[in-house]
Amino acid sequence: MLETMSHNSAGKQEVVAFKLAEQDFCIDINLVREIRGWAPTTVLPHAPSYVKGVINLRGSVVTVVDLSQRLGFGPSDPSQRHVVIIAFHEGRIVGLLADLVSDIVTIDDQNIQAVPDIASDPSREFITGMITFDDGRILRKIDLAQLLPAPQLASA
Amino acid sequence: MPDMDQFLEMFFVECDELLESLATGLREMETPEHEKETVHSVFRAVHSMKGAAAAFGLSDLVTFAHRFETVLDLLRSDRLVADEDVMTVLHRSSDLLADLVSAARQSRGADQARITDLLDELDRLIGDEDDDGDGSDLAIEFVPLTLDFAPLDDSPATTTYKIIMVPDPELYRTGNDPAALITALAQLGDASVTLNAGNVPKLSIWSQEEARLKWEVDLNTAAPLADIHQIFEFVVDCCQLEITQQVDETPHIATPDIAEQPKNATLSMPDADVVPQNVEHGRKADTPPGATTGHVAQSAGQAATIRVSLDRVDRLMNMIGELVIKEAMLYQVVETAGFTEEPDVVTALEGIRQLAGDIQESVMSIRAQPLKLVFQRMHRILREAAEATGKKVRLETIGENTEVDKTMIERLIDPLTHMIRNSIDHGLEDALTRQRRGKSMEGTITLSAAHRSGRVQIEVSDDGGGINRERVRQIAEERGLIAQGTTLSPNEVDSLLFLPGFSSKEEVSALSGRGVGLDVVRREIMSLGGRVMIQSKEGQGTTFSIALPLTLAVLEGMLIQLRDQTMVLPITAVQETLRPTSATLHGIGKHGRVLSNRGELIPIIDLACAFGLRDTPAELDGGVLIVVETDTHKRAALHVDGIFDQRQVVIKSLEENYGRVPGVSAATILGDGKIALIIDPEEIVLSSLSEHSRSAMAFAANG
Repeated sequence: MLETMSHNSAGKQEVVAFKLAEQDFCIDINLVREIRGWAPTTVLPHAPSYVKGVINLRGSVVTVVDLSQRLGFGPSDPSQRHVVIIAFHEGRIVGLLADLVSDIVTIDDQNIQAVPDIASDPSREFITGMITFDDGRILRKIDLAQLLPAPQLASA
Repeated sequence: MPDMDQFLEMFFVECDELLESLATGLREMETPEHEKETVHSVFRAVHSMKGAAAAFGLSDLVTFAHRFETVLDLLRSDRLVADEDVMTVLHRSSDLLADLVSAARQSRGADQARITDLLDELDRLIGDEDDDGDGSDLAIEFVPLTLDFAPLDDSPATTTYKIIMVPDPELYRTGNDPAALITALAQLGDASVTLNAGNVPKLSIWSQEEARLKWEVDLNTAAPLADIHQIFEFVVDCCQLEITQQVDETPHIATPDIAEQPKNATLSMPDADVVPQNVEHGRKADTPPGATTGHVAQSAGQAATIRVSLDRVDRLMNMIGELVIKEAMLYQVVETAGFTEEPDVVTALEGIRQLAGDIQESVMSIRAQPLKLVFQRMHRILREAAEATGKKVRLETIGENTEVDKTMIERLIDPLTHMIRNSIDHGLEDALTRQRRGKSMEGTITLSAAHRSGRVQIEVSDDGGGINRERVRQIAEERGLIAQGTTLSPNEVDSLLFLPGFSSKEEVSALSGRGVGLDVVRREIMSLGGRVMIQSKEGQGTTFSIALPLTLAVLEGMLIQLRDQTMVLPITAVQETLRPTSATLHGIGKHGRVLSNRGELIPIIDLACAFGLRDTPAELDGGVLIVVETDTHKRAALHVDGIFDQRQVVIKSLEENYGRVPGVSAATILGDGKIALIIDPEEIVLSSLSEHSRSAMAFAANG
């Protein structure tokens, strides 16, 4: 697993790291509410392909986004071992479907690099930064705002 | 200052209630059999508002309320007769007062010209009469808001009263001034005032927590006892008051002294001969009028009510929803475990189910509010609309105590406003035409509400000329809403009024006919889960009926199967369900199919296709057809794989965390904890049929 870096709070942030198609990603821990096992969803008609459907989170209707499909790895075929990361973003709750959650890591802001210019990969627009570690591993930081479907306003 | 905002907000809430009782009172005053008490209550409403407004420095409001109050005072003392002219001014004043309150609420300036106009009108009514009572009223800067008062009895002729007043520290603390009270008393008649300072202790042992001064007033007055009580109405809770009538052995009224834990009342040592005027001013500002509302609630004989924020009730409602879901889940678990044969288990489960249902109903009844709140506003709308069109109109309301959900109350105001205006502008004929047709010059609009089989029915009817179907048809053809020469039944012609872009008046009037038509009304009602219908009789009038669900929180639904998904279809839309047989099915082209049902041809919609769960419509030999009717009388048969239950479901918003899904109105949680989508049949039907010409299709389908 990824080793935790030093624990000084200045210039540091904590992230939840997870795996998706053999790559390591992470999101800001402050956005994460809880992590649940996969359970079958209710399919939403006319939804984008990366929206897996909705689940019942203690009485709230929560959308589950298939990260694998969203980042261009192709649709995942979720099993009991898959996880749903429940995140809270701008007043909306969303579930992110990932292969597994690997760790909670404290990262140094200095270690965050811009994403290299790799022209047309769909994942590019969702990744805000790359975090490098001394042992050569890399975490890709995901931007929730880009990832989620824009709230559709009620049409007339 | 956040505290002040809070009190200001409280003030506005109180104002709304006072305005409401003011409007009700004024209308009651128009009836010949109204009681004197009505005038009193109207007066008190304006008076209370004035007092509180003064506390917040809302000068426009105070000035106007004061003049208004003066006129009411004349009425109260029979120095002015409430004829039609006077009542019109009073109604307009009450409207303006409401506007001033809302202007203050939004911190914007008021319409000065209108204020001046009405002030002049009021002055005209006041005439030469003395502007009495204002000295005392304005002196009381800090009057707590009180809403209900015990009925007061009037007594005639000159009487001598002995009034003994011993203020509690609370009275000083709330900024009331005994001097003002005594001055007010003196204005009622001959008063001789004695101050009894015998109880005041030596300075060494004096405490500011105790108020020991006692006033005795001998008052000889022609004013009724009620007037004396009126003076004390804001302080009865915080002073010991004894009013005795001296002549005969009549009522000895002692107001109970409600013990209050005395806090830091600041009262400097009173001088025996001087009336203390020295309530510290800083203290005054710190003690808000709200601080005394607690006493009001305590005073005897009042209905025990509390004001709870809607948020809390909503939270409770949510949790009840959860409870209902959990109960269903529990039942399912017990059923799977095979315990349903055990009588004990079944009884216990039934008990829980019933309890959950009862709780749900009680919480819903907390949210329920009488439609009176909406209907009352309509009086004003009607008045204004009648004025603008120059027609004489009367509004009759029936069943205003019918209760509906709070959210619905708010959202009904706009559609009803629109419909009333529409009825006045388009429905009612002008006075001359009415006379020619042998009707009374004054038109009548009836607003009625009633509970009808689990729904609330609201009707707006006028006794006007009815819908001119020829004209409606012509306009619809001109605007290209229907094809030339389409065969339409009278009902269908009436429904054309609800089409977007339909506005039958050639000239745009001040009221309606600006392109925002009845379609807006229809859409708003639909978004509340209701439907609008229209009935019209040539020469006799038009009736719009709105049918609304009782609540927005639960809905009776039919659980249907679409491939592996369960969905809910609101039962209100369902007309009938049937198994398709080849004899009743007819194909049109490759995919089009219609159901022939009692001589009608109804288009069939494959729901799974409509939701993108299937690419091509399934064969019809399996599954069930559900015939639904939309609000515009368009019918369609929805083809589903199966129907397996009918039950109440709790409505959950889908838009909160995701967004709108076409054809889906909301979501719900089933007994197994899974989410099911609630279908919006209206949208499904409209979007599935929209390839055809919009209006022609439905009418063709309807035969």
